[in-house]
Amino acid sequence: MADLTLTVDGKKLTAPAGTLLIEACKSVGIEVPSFCYYPNLSLQGACRMCLVKIEKMPKLQTACTTVISEGMVVATDSDEVRQARKSMVELLLGNHPLDCPVCDAGGECELQDMAFSYGAAESKFMEAKNHKDEQQWSPVVYFDRPRCILCYRCVRVCGEGMDVWALGVQNRGVSSVIAPNKQDHLECEECGMCIDICPVGALTSGAYRYKTRPWEMNHIGTTCTHCADGCKTTLGVRRSDTGMEIVRGDNRDKSGINNDFLCIKGRYAFDFAHSTERLTQPLIRKDGKLSPATWEEAFALAGKNFAEIRTAHGGEAIGVVGSSRTTNEENYLLSKFARMVLGTNNVDHHRTADFPALAAALRGKSGQTASMRDVLSAPAILLIGNNPTEQHPLLAWQIRSNVRLRRAKLYVVNSQPIKLRRQAAGFAQIPAGAEAHAVAFLAGDDAALDHLVHQSATRESLLALRDKLRAETGLVVAFSSEIRGADVARLVHSKFAGAKFIALADYANSRGAADMGLYPDLLPGYEPLTTDSRFAQEWGTLPTVPGLTVPAMAAAAKAGTLKALYVVGANPVARFGLDPFAFSGSFVVVQDMFLTETALMADIVLPAANAYEKSGTFTNTCGDLQLVKKAGEVAGVKSDFEMIVRIADAMGFEVRKLVPFGGGTHADMGQSRGAQSGEADRHSVWLEAHGLEPRMSPFDPVAIFDEIQRLVPSYHVSRLDLLAGNDQHTDIGEAGPGAAHDPNLIIPANDDLFSSGTLGRYSHTLNSVMENKNAPAPSEVGAD
Amino acid sequence: MASLVSHPDEIRVVTKRFGQGATDLDRYLALDGYQAIQKALAMTPDDIITLVKNSGLRGRGGAGFNTGMKWSFVPKQSAKPKYVLCNGDESEPGTCKDRLIFEHDPHSVIEGVMIAALAVGSHTGYIYIRGEYRYLSVIMQRALKDAYARGFLGKNIFGSGYDLDIYWHGGAGAYEVGEESALMESLEGKRGIPRIRPPFPAVVGLWGGPTVINNAETLASVPPIILGGPDWYANLGTPKNGGTRMFCLSGHLNRPGVYELPMGYNLKKMIYEVGGGIPGGRALKAVVPGGSSTPILLADEIDVAMDFDSLAKAGSMLGSGGVVVLDDTTCMVKFALRTIKFYQHESCGWCIPCREGTDWLKKTLTRFHAGAGMKKDIDNIYYLAENMLGKTFCPLGDAAAMPTMAFVKKFRKEFEDHLDGKPCPFEKAAEPVMV
Repeated sequence: MADLTLTVDGKKLTAPAGTLLIEACKSVGIEVPSFCYYPNLSLQGACRMCLVKIEKMPKLQTACTTVISEGMVVATDSDEVRQARKSMVELLLGNHPLDCPVCDAGGECELQDMAFSYGAAESKFMEAKNHKDEQQWSPVVYFDRPRCILCYRCVRVCGEGMDVWALGVQNRGVSSVIAPNKQDHLECEECGMCIDICPVGALTSGAYRYKTRPWEMNHIGTTCTHCADGCKTTLGVRRSDTGMEIVRGDNRDKSGINNDFLCIKGRYAFDFAHSTERLTQPLIRKDGKLSPATWEEAFALAGKNFAEIRTAHGGEAIGVVGSSRTTNEENYLLSKFARMVLGTNNVDHHRTADFPALAAALRGKSGQTASMRDVLSAPAILLIGNNPTEQHPLLAWQIRSNVRLRRAKLYVVNSQPIKLRRQAAGFAQIPAGAEAHAVAFLAGDDAALDHLVHQSATRESLLALRDKLRAETGLVVAFSSEIRGADVARLVHSKFAGAKFIALADYANSRGAADMGLYPDLLPGYEPLTTDSRFAQEWGTLPTVPGLTVPAMAAAAKAGTLKALYVVGANPVARFGLDPFAFSGSFVVVQDMFLTETALMADIVLPAANAYEKSGTFTNTCGDLQLVKKAGEVAGVKSDFEMIVRIADAMGFEVRKLVPFGGGTHADMGQSRGAQSGEADRHSVWLEAHGLEPRMSPFDPVAIFDEIQRLVPSYHVSRLDLLAGNDQHTDIGEAGPGAAHDPNLIIPANDDLFSSGTLGRYSHTLNSVMENKNAPAPSEVGAD
Repeated sequence: MASLVSHPDEIRVVTKRFGQGATDLDRYLALDGYQAIQKALAMTPDDIITLVKNSGLRGRGGAGFNTGMKWSFVPKQSAKPKYVLCNGDESEPGTCKDRLIFEHDPHSVIEGVMIAALAVGSHTGYIYIRGEYRYLSVIMQRALKDAYARGFLGKNIFGSGYDLDIYWHGGAGAYEVGEESALMESLEGKRGIPRIRPPFPAVVGLWGGPTVINNAETLASVPPIILGGPDWYANLGTPKNGGTRMFCLSGHLNRPGVYELPMGYNLKKMIYEVGGGIPGGRALKAVVPGGSSTPILLADEIDVAMDFDSLAKAGSMLGSGGVVVLDDTTCMVKFALRTIKFYQHESCGWCIPCREGTDWLKKTLTRFHAGAGMKKDIDNIYYLAENMLGKTFCPLGDAAAMPTMAFVKKFRKEFEDHLDGKPCPFEKAAEPVMV
């Protein structure tokens, strides 16, 4: 739209027609205060904090509801405006309890900030404040009613943002009060968006309330470790007797791909880390029982046995199972360790989407994969299968926001009437299991129609849907794990102009596990097992015969040919329904946080750190690469990275070959570092980004990340951007040839909004909310 | 049924069928009923609008906007259906005129809605009746049913080929819903909270369609204007203030009641001649000229013509025609408290200044009148009202602030007389009566 020029406080500024005055002011650094105005939510004009003087208007006007016009002259800081703001704060503080010293929001409260900025330090009132009792709405949501200033942000984010509509307003006038949907409690998605959006301490989190003062925490921006969407989450941590305890998760700074969105898992389900059932000491099986041991004992025994088995029976006698929740660096290292140190291709992980097929279908074509940001800006979205509301909450948020704010067209093909159909411009309910037929039909095979006609989906409606899809340009296609193998290629080659694709996997680093080559028949970057691969050149002679998959490892163990199994952060016994006695004759080492079904049968169990307790990178299901930063700490655990290196060391392997540490330029900034921390931080980011920081230890994941960036083409992204905390999209089309693997091994995780594999089992929060009553049984989500 | 009053100065335009059984459709027809709509059907919409514009009819709800002008803002072409709403949510304290129209002449409102619908090209009308007027809803329902039975409403009205449906809707009991956009929210089944404007109802109104919303008295004035012509009507009143209006006289008067008088009628005459003066020969203290939200006039300010412009000049407003007369036994602090109690009770709570401001005014005035006031409270009361004025989301905040500021400004001495723990000097006096 055309640009308009206006004058604010004597400053000329230009903004596109249709811009709200409050946003136009913000764009030139003039802050107009507000409570009820919140970008991307409907306008309220309720708090009256943003009143400004506009020339030729008799009354003060709300900047949040005023659209700019050419030649407008605005004063945001006149005496009249300042007095109006001051009186609003006075009126709010009149009934607001002044319990700031104990309030959760104290120190990060917008009402405090407003009082600080605009005065109203003296009360003009003598009468008692109106009081209403506090309420608990759910295990995670508390509402302290007198603190509420009725800005209606919670009502709107719940309704407009989440499409849940669980909050409303009851009574009127000074008795008005926000109320939950079930009289005295909430039944909702328990996302906690209402809590973070609350400008004051009215809505508080069950996990966080009265635990700490905000300024006593460190705030660490990292990537969520639950589903595959990769939300950025800011963890608030403070010292505890066992290390650094995470007490809060939010994304109030709106950084990252998720803006301020988080679901219940991102916001509260960090609590598995503090489960009393965490393993904090290595265990070695002695006399048939797992008994506590020292790290040195454990590494020495693991190293000795792995080395002996490799020497006696060859690498093919050892199996390796990796994880979809460990970092890219760990997965790459494990892949390298297996091939280089153990000399085996028996490498696998729990696959939840067919990334190798996508890599093969898009081979050599860049720009055909969508990032999570693309989902928010695409003109049209096609969703085949999956229920993002439950399984990909951020994807669902992006879709809803795009439909609501940019009028994107959503098309849904699903066997269930999933919640996102409410945003859909086209919805086809197909028979269960007919997703592949749907792909065939969309790709042009009309014979597939016979398998799709079902309930409201008639031949005509399906044909009309396909016509609409073909007319869209810039479609983003997100597809579930039912689409695999040849169907992925068929979908990619459908006649959708300029389409971009997303394969939907289930765990935080499922994509990373695939990208880093945790396959028996693929190396990192979907490279085949050839003798002249760049990995063979770099790592030396590698085995080229495809290795065993997880079920094949169990069969080999039963047959006595698999002598050892190394499991890093996975639970194959429960996930694949393996017979634990198959491994009775094998030497089994398991790295995990908890004594899982797999750990129970191990000879050595090594207590592992989780993704909140170590550094590295994650790649989400779209291929967006993000930093994982260490936030919490629990005494007695080690990162999987360190443990892999330590086992290699115990096997007598020269670890510098495994992790090329050292090198780089040692740049000492002397006293200026730390003294001027802001500058020093920027400087260290720059140094790190340019590979100039020395990797001082073999446990430094950045040393491996250097190698990943060098050897995996799709990971050639801006290091500086990544280290500055931004997401970097990796394009699977730029990776290796892919395919080759057995798509039948793709097993959906079956997690819903309130379960999260092993982590969910040990999350008190996820298990405490009443909505979890329909959650799958632990045995169904037993792994990863 | 309230008994009717009369005075020789009255000119009966809207009230001409009162007391003549016009709720009955046949009686209404016999008294020129449904003549105006038939005449209007033969006119073009533009002609109807011009005629109403020229009559000088201004909104009787309180704002006094030219009715024909309002209609002319509705776009001719609209993708969404257009609507005509009758605002019968009469709730302004001191105002009791619409109820008489609904009670005595419901068909005149229906006919007014029909003409407005023709003028703007709408095929759906709603008559919104205040929740507390439940008995009037019964009368209106019957009137609508009768009109439908004769084919006056529904498909092809009067054989004209024009389709028009009119429905009644009851409020849930909220003063706030008298505000036009809050009324639309209520009509749509939501909380009665006003909307952000612009867009204005004429462009985006009920269900997002262009909407004309008029007060019941305004709409009831339309049929006589169509029949009598714009000049006749305009000449009944003063320049730019056409016609007559129903004045609701209450308070300390010998003959309180609703009188239809020409616009511009002198207020002093209205009190002493039409209303019969003050009982017991007591002295006049003050007059609220147009409903509780209008700034009060002192006894020496009442020699004023009762039309929109003259009262604006006098520092008050004609408002909704509710004239409340107070004699010298009235405690103005108590009157201020009574007024603010109403607004505190009726504030919808949407915006901070109205929600919190009315509550603190009520709390402070309650204590003040009870004898625990302090000198700084007087300034605080004024400060609170002053900081509400013009800053609230809708005019309800202004409606509470304006009279409060006038009370403090004009009766500061009386406030001061309540200080130092002194009992209210008027304690034994009767509370002012608001009908």
